[in-house]
Amino acid sequence: MSKLPDISQDGAGWVYSDKVKDHFLNPRNFISGKIDIHQFDGVGEVGSPACGDLMRVFIKVAKDRITECKWQTFGCASAIASTSVMSEMVTGMTLEEAGKIRPQDIVSKLDGLPARKIHCSVLGDQALRAAIVNYKSRRIDNEQENI
Amino acid sequence: MERREVYLDHAALAPLDKRVFLAMEPYLKGGYGNPSSIYTRGRATRDKIGDCRTEISWILHCQSDEIVFTSGGTESDNLAILGVARANSKSEILNSKQIQNSDVQNSKLNSMFQNSESRCKGHIITTQFEHHAVLNACKQLESEGFEVTYLPVDKDGLVKLEDIKQAIRPETILISIMYANNEIGTVQPIAEIGNWLKTQKSIRQLADKSQNNGKIYFHTDACQAAGYLDLDVNRLNVDLLTSNGTKIYGPTGIGILYVRNGVKIQPVIFGGGQQGGLRSGTENILGIVGFTEALKIADRERTGESARLAKLRDYLIDGVLTRISNTGLNGSKVNRLPGNANFSFYGVEGEAMVLMLDEEGIAVSTGSACNSDSLEPSHVLKAIGLSHEGAHGSLRFSLGRRTTKQDIDYVLAVLPSVVSRLRSISAIRSDKEKI
Repeated sequence: MSKLPDISQDGAGWVYSDKVKDHFLNPRNFISGKIDIHQFDGVGEVGSPACGDLMRVFIKVAKDRITECKWQTFGCASAIASTSVMSEMVTGMTLEEAGKIRPQDIVSKLDGLPARKIHCSVLGDQALRAAIVNYKSRRIDNEQENI
Repeated sequence: MERREVYLDHAALAPLDKRVFLAMEPYLKGGYGNPSSIYTRGRATRDKIGDCRTEISWILHCQSDEIVFTSGGTESDNLAILGVARANSKSEILNSKQIQNSDVQNSKLNSMFQNSESRCKGHIITTQFEHHAVLNACKQLESEGFEVTYLPVDKDGLVKLEDIKQAIRPETILISIMYANNEIGTVQPIAEIGNWLKTQKSIRQLADKSQNNGKIYFHTDACQAAGYLDLDVNRLNVDLLTSNGTKIYGPTGIGILYVRNGVKIQPVIFGGGQQGGLRSGTENILGIVGFTEALKIADRERTGESARLAKLRDYLIDGVLTRISNTGLNGSKVNRLPGNANFSFYGVEGEAMVLMLDEEGIAVSTGSACNSDSLEPSHVLKAIGLSHEGAHGSLRFSLGRRTTKQDIDYVLAVLPSVVSRLRSISAIRSDKEKI
């Protein structure tokens, strides 16, 4: 488990790490405009607008490795930053490795988040696992069609 | 456009006015005594506080002894609500009557109260979108055996007198309605309610069949209204009125509660019995001097400044609504404070917008859940019927004394790109763009 840096956790302060700020202001691998989901091998979604966070993750897979991870996020700065940093982390990972990504791995990569932000905004790992499940089910469908 | 620092969060805190600072400066240096002391220094302080009271009373059109100094808006609201409710609760009335009345009358009274439908200590009416200082004081009273009606507001963010009429019961002892809402700036019909209540009270008193001899006290939290709206307590027909320094370019940590003479109220803070026993503790001379100067300036400049800000506000509202699609104004466009504009930008989240605008030098606030301790979206925006998504995507711009047209032009140049950047990565799309 990562050591959380000394950041405000009382909800009154808004101290985000430089890493969070960087990923929030310069998000990596996000996808915008019209999306052709058939371009991707798996799509996963988690959250709801009512909760204030909605994330969608799109993956391309080759030889059981994630070659591309794109995303969309409706949410606060930490939600955007955590999805962004996760997309960098999992690109190149095997599906097995990527499936084991935990929220705390994402938080530590961001040099920490205010405690109360973790539960609600770090949902990227769940969206990714949903995308992996989606990829696997699509593959089974394809195999069955081929039989 | 050249970067600039634009502060548009005056509803959270209006920065201390230089003139207020200058008025406070001699008292920052010390040299004053405790106003409760009888030697020269103490008397001088007491006199100064007396002068401040008088100057405030001119603006509120009240008596100087009807002003109680507190530590701010929250304490004033608490004193008004807890103090009035507890002093007028059914058990309080029974206790005092027991002392005064013979046994026969006493038993008659007891049976009258026991026969009434409700056994509550008293009934309070407020609204769903009050400040938390009022709402949580009411919650406390509920736990003490009082009943509270939280009136809904309409989609424009306005309380209807008709709803108040419907909610009044024989046990109603207090009504608390804010003068202007702190988030959406909507101005409530306080004078209309106050005037109606005044006639109603005399009817009830004649009938003499309700709790507290028919008296219903009327409190308004005027923290946001001070500086923009008329504070004449007789025109408004209020019995209690809250105001504080933070919102009128005065110091923090100082507020007042106007308490009309004759209002039955008990303290919430106990100690040395200062301020007629209603608010113990040595008076905050520095705060009192600052608050008084701030209120005087606000009152003097009220008309001109309100007109100037209303023009800038409408320029901002029209500019935002024409430049950014899928955006709505929250709260009535007409009945709102001259400095307040509150929008919902669909598909984006408020905290993200606040931080991105901060990067550009613009300071605003949001009602998004992600910006609150509770992780619940603003109760005000929920009360006017906004969806969770709408509340999450809200921004409040509150203009003030130093806001210029150049500031608004800068916002109108920067905001559309911030919203579109966040929309471009958002997982919520407008219907046209749906994947």
